[in-house]
Amino acid sequence: MRPTTGRLAVLRSPVGASSAVLLVVLVALAVFAPILWGDRAAAIDTDSLQQGPSADHLLGTDQLGRDIFYRVLVATRLTIGLALLATVIGVVTGLVLGSIPSVLPRWAARIVTSAVNIAVAFPGLLLALFFAVIFGTGTIGAVLAIAFAITPSFARLTQTLTASVSGRDFIAAARVCGVGRFRLLTRHVLPNIAEPLVINATLAAGSALTAFAGLSFLGIGVQAPSYDWGRLLGEGLNRIYITPAPALGPAVAVVLAGLAFNLFGEAAASVHRNQQRGKATAPHEPVEDRSEGGLLTVRNLHVTFPGGIRPVRGVSFTVHNGEMIGVVGESGSGKSLTALAVSRLIEHPGRVTADRLEFNGKPVQKTQDRELGTQLAMVFQDPTTSFNPTRRIGGQLAEVSEVHQGLRRRAALGKAVDRLEAVRIPEPERRAKQYPHEFSGGMRQRAMIAMGLMGEPQLVIADEPTTALDVTVQREVLKLLARIRKDRDAAVLLISHDITVVAQTCDRVLVMYAGRIVEELPTDELFTAARHPYTTALLKAVPDLDTDRDAPLAVIPGRPPEPGEIRQGCPFAPRCPLADDQCRTQEPELETFGENHRVACWKSESELAGVR
Amino acid sequence: MTTTTLQRMRGSTWLPFARRRAVRFLTSLWVLVTAAFLMIHLIPGDPVRESLGLAAPPDLVAARRAALGLDDPLLVQYWHYLSGLFRGEFGTSLVSGTPVATLIGDRLPATVQLAVLAFLVVVVVAVPVGVLMAVLTKGGRRRGGELAFTSSSVVLAAIPEFLLAVGLVSLLAVQLNLFPVAGNDAPGSWVLPVLALAIGPAAVLARIVRVELLAVLGNDFVRTARAKRLPARLVYLRHALPNAVTATLTLGGMMLAAMVAGTVLVENVFAWPGLGSTIVGSIQQKDYPAVQGIVLVYGAGVLLVNLVVDVVLGLLDPRSTIREA
Amino acid sequence: MSELDFRNVTVRFGHHTAVDDVSLTVPAGQVVGLVGESGSGKSTLAATAVGLVKPTEGEVRADGKVQMVFQDPYSSLDPRMSIGNSIAEAMPRGTNKKAEVARLLELVNLDPGRASSLPARLSGGQRQRVALARALAGDPRVVIADEITSALDVSVQGAVLNLVRDLQRQLGLSMLFISHNLAVVRYVSDRVAVMKTGRIVEEGPAAQVLADPRHEYTRELLAAAPRRHTRLEVS
Repeated sequence: MRPTTGRLAVLRSPVGASSAVLLVVLVALAVFAPILWGDRAAAIDTDSLQQGPSADHLLGTDQLGRDIFYRVLVATRLTIGLALLATVIGVVTGLVLGSIPSVLPRWAARIVTSAVNIAVAFPGLLLALFFAVIFGTGTIGAVLAIAFAITPSFARLTQTLTASVSGRDFIAAARVCGVGRFRLLTRHVLPNIAEPLVINATLAAGSALTAFAGLSFLGIGVQAPSYDWGRLLGEGLNRIYITPAPALGPAVAVVLAGLAFNLFGEAAASVHRNQQRGKATAPHEPVEDRSEGGLLTVRNLHVTFPGGIRPVRGVSFTVHNGEMIGVVGESGSGKSLTALAVSRLIEHPGRVTADRLEFNGKPVQKTQDRELGTQLAMVFQDPTTSFNPTRRIGGQLAEVSEVHQGLRRRAALGKAVDRLEAVRIPEPERRAKQYPHEFSGGMRQRAMIAMGLMGEPQLVIADEPTTALDVTVQREVLKLLARIRKDRDAAVLLISHDITVVAQTCDRVLVMYAGRIVEELPTDELFTAARHPYTTALLKAVPDLDTDRDAPLAVIPGRPPEPGEIRQGCPFAPRCPLADDQCRTQEPELETFGENHRVACWKSESELAGVR
Repeated sequence: MTTTTLQRMRGSTWLPFARRRAVRFLTSLWVLVTAAFLMIHLIPGDPVRESLGLAAPPDLVAARRAALGLDDPLLVQYWHYLSGLFRGEFGTSLVSGTPVATLIGDRLPATVQLAVLAFLVVVVVAVPVGVLMAVLTKGGRRRGGELAFTSSSVVLAAIPEFLLAVGLVSLLAVQLNLFPVAGNDAPGSWVLPVLALAIGPAAVLARIVRVELLAVLGNDFVRTARAKRLPARLVYLRHALPNAVTATLTLGGMMLAAMVAGTVLVENVFAWPGLGSTIVGSIQQKDYPAVQGIVLVYGAGVLLVNLVVDVVLGLLDPRSTIREA
Repeated sequence: MSELDFRNVTVRFGHHTAVDDVSLTVPAGQVVGLVGESGSGKSTLAATAVGLVKPTEGEVRADGKVQMVFQDPYSSLDPRMSIGNSIAEAMPRGTNKKAEVARLLELVNLDPGRASSLPARLSGGQRQRVALARALAGDPRVVIADEITSALDVSVQGAVLNLVRDLQRQLGLSMLFISHNLAVVRYVSDRVAVMKTGRIVEEGPAAQVLADPRHEYTRELLAAAPRRHTRLEVS
């Protein structure tokens, strides 16, 4: 399905469409121009030698009085034909050289690969000149020279693409199934790299065309009496002082044709890169919630993206000083975007709106960078990518104090070492001088937390801080967060997909589903008093070390909706065993139910007890 | 590669990197020299006959063949060629009879000056433009500006340098008479060749800088920098830009190498007294020793550029020294 | 009788020893759970069983075919090939592929009518079912499941685990079930092996290993595994 629409999509962009039209015109000229105007282009007129442009001769005449305009039109066939021929030879040779290593024995593959690697270092024009010497000046020599000049880069491209596909699991899976090397190449590898290869072949045709013109222009390409645009250009250049048209005509032709190939390739490439965007959903009614604020007060928070996508839809909660709150949800539930939104890190084109969004009693939007930078600490999921790989750890910590606390470099570095020690990183002085890639994953996450401690954090927002870590390391990091909360009386907002992690460490849990909070309750009550069918299902579906091994795990049918897929009604209704018509048409609000307990569900306690 | 492996390699990454890189440079140089040597032997027929023309008397051809050592066994010729190169000898021109080394010595400076100047122009123009465009069009902002920038850079990059040269000559030299048409005597005569050589690569590089910077801006560590509430200036210049350098420099190096070759065409348009105008004449006159020598010089220049780029990369990005070659 | 037998298997990549003299037996019709943290060598060990990696020393013996299900269902299906073709590719020559594909899709609770769909049209959980069906298409005696639920949403992983257990029992498969998640391994396995830095440090019946761990590292893993009714104590 997708490839077809993708190919058509090229024509839908203005650049793609106009370059396609230009290509069609070129092909038409290549086919028909010699038939229609071949005689006029060859007609010698001794009465009008070397004339400038006139009504009779749009681009003037050459030294034999032949009309240059018609000669440019007629030369289309030879120019395009030779360029395409060179491209095809070059691309096919490159494709073979690039893909053959995967079916050759290892030693032979290595020779081919390193030969390509050496050849690719030399620019195409230099290779073309080299081959032009060997094959001799003239049409065939030039075709081969340009073809072999394209070959190395195409072989390299094929190799790179093949390598990137070969690393993927479906290749391993096919090998496990006993698929042979040749079939692997033709059925799995080549179809998956065909699109970029075709795009690059189009671009290569563009450069072959200009390179060919270059060789002919230098006098080592097409030889008289044949003529292509490059030759016409070379002839015209001799007279450029007297009249520019004879040179500019073929020059414009070369540029237009080259552009047609290049732009078409670029347009196809950009279509190839762009992913499909989601669909629209109806906006949601604002929620009235005016309870008193805390350290972090969030009321009716929305995050929207272009196209009406609304991954966070009216989230309200409060974090008090020194509290540890867990946010649980699956991918697409909006939990990470909520964290980014409350810390003012959503970037264009995302938009954040809220009735109230306050940190420390002040609107987050108006809080100074200095305050946020020192009082609000962020810990992200993947410590491997969250540090700048080109700077030392110590410096990355120190810059917080340099920028926000006015410390000198040396003092800030001293503080960084001190904070690394506080998160129990051994040999903090030596470690501070190292780069992130020299740290282990757990160590990096500690350093990330230490970075948050450079200021005086009142709130630590940790977004899946342990997901990328091993269990034993995970426990240490969770303990570290809990200790910071205890020692510094900082509040912690811990976001996780793992309900057991949250249950172990937090005081309260917010359960998110499809961009909303569906339940909020104290952790103590999670296993006894959870009400929302999603919460109870989640608790039963995830095995822990006490799960009954003989009973099947509870199953939640279907899957969570993507942010673009949310329709009317309760978003959990399609997966909920209790859903009725009301659930499917009206979305329930988060309502207070007993002390510290909020639920968004239409069902009564007795109905819910049935599924718990 | 696992973290533990990385840690074992810590501290000693530069030495293996330097060794690997030196081996690659020397291998490539050897391949280049051998290819240049074989070039004469790959030509169908007798190169001397080709060069002197069919009408040349047989004894002249035989004498010239003997003088060039073409009658010796191939390996012996190869040895002579290699040892000659070590002494700085590139052979003798078939056309003028002068040593090729002298020829190269006369012509090389003009080419190097042209290429280096054009490269500086490219960097000075393209990097700030690319950074600016990345900052302005981040996150899908200013779609119109993005479209204008991208399409104009594609168009500029698609125009080959020799056509640009022709256009510039026609417009600025012939029509408006602002700059000399050819030669490298007056200071003004540098403007057009440098422009012709620099405009295309500058457009390409600006686009690469923008794309790479945008890619880097999407990284987690940039979000970390923003979470630290660093001023935008530090986020871009300290955290984003250095990480865009690797890809930019890799592609920039290839571009510089292509510019070395681009001088050939530009020199021919402007009658620039460099190697480029010499090699084309030599190819047309079938002056093989001269072609051989000049190809060697161009190739070595390209390899040198690649080497410098890799070393600079190693200095700027500590990770690049541990990447496999 | 054993179906899959690792005998003194060692795998080295350059100077790095990924698997260090491992001997492990998967008895017929049983599930052996292999737990360990990232870099412990469990995936490398699995790769030796299906021939993706050659052991530097030692050997792997299998009675009958061995198939494998991979971690990431978004990467383990060829995006350009319909799921039916992906499954059929693994079948021996001469099978009635169409009927067999339908039967297998039904076996993993997918609509046989979707055989012509491309993987992009399926959710992660559905893709993992297709990957299971493909593994079964080769009519294996042994199936290796390498972290097959760790890329799935938590509300979806339960259904895949149930399916794996049902199929294993229904078809009498022998299985090496690899996971970093002790609770998941405990749920599906008859025996448990614990791997650390390339070595198996403990192996035995699941109930025994988990209730009465002998090795220090097993105890550490058990202590670290999140439990819902125990609070994390801050020292």
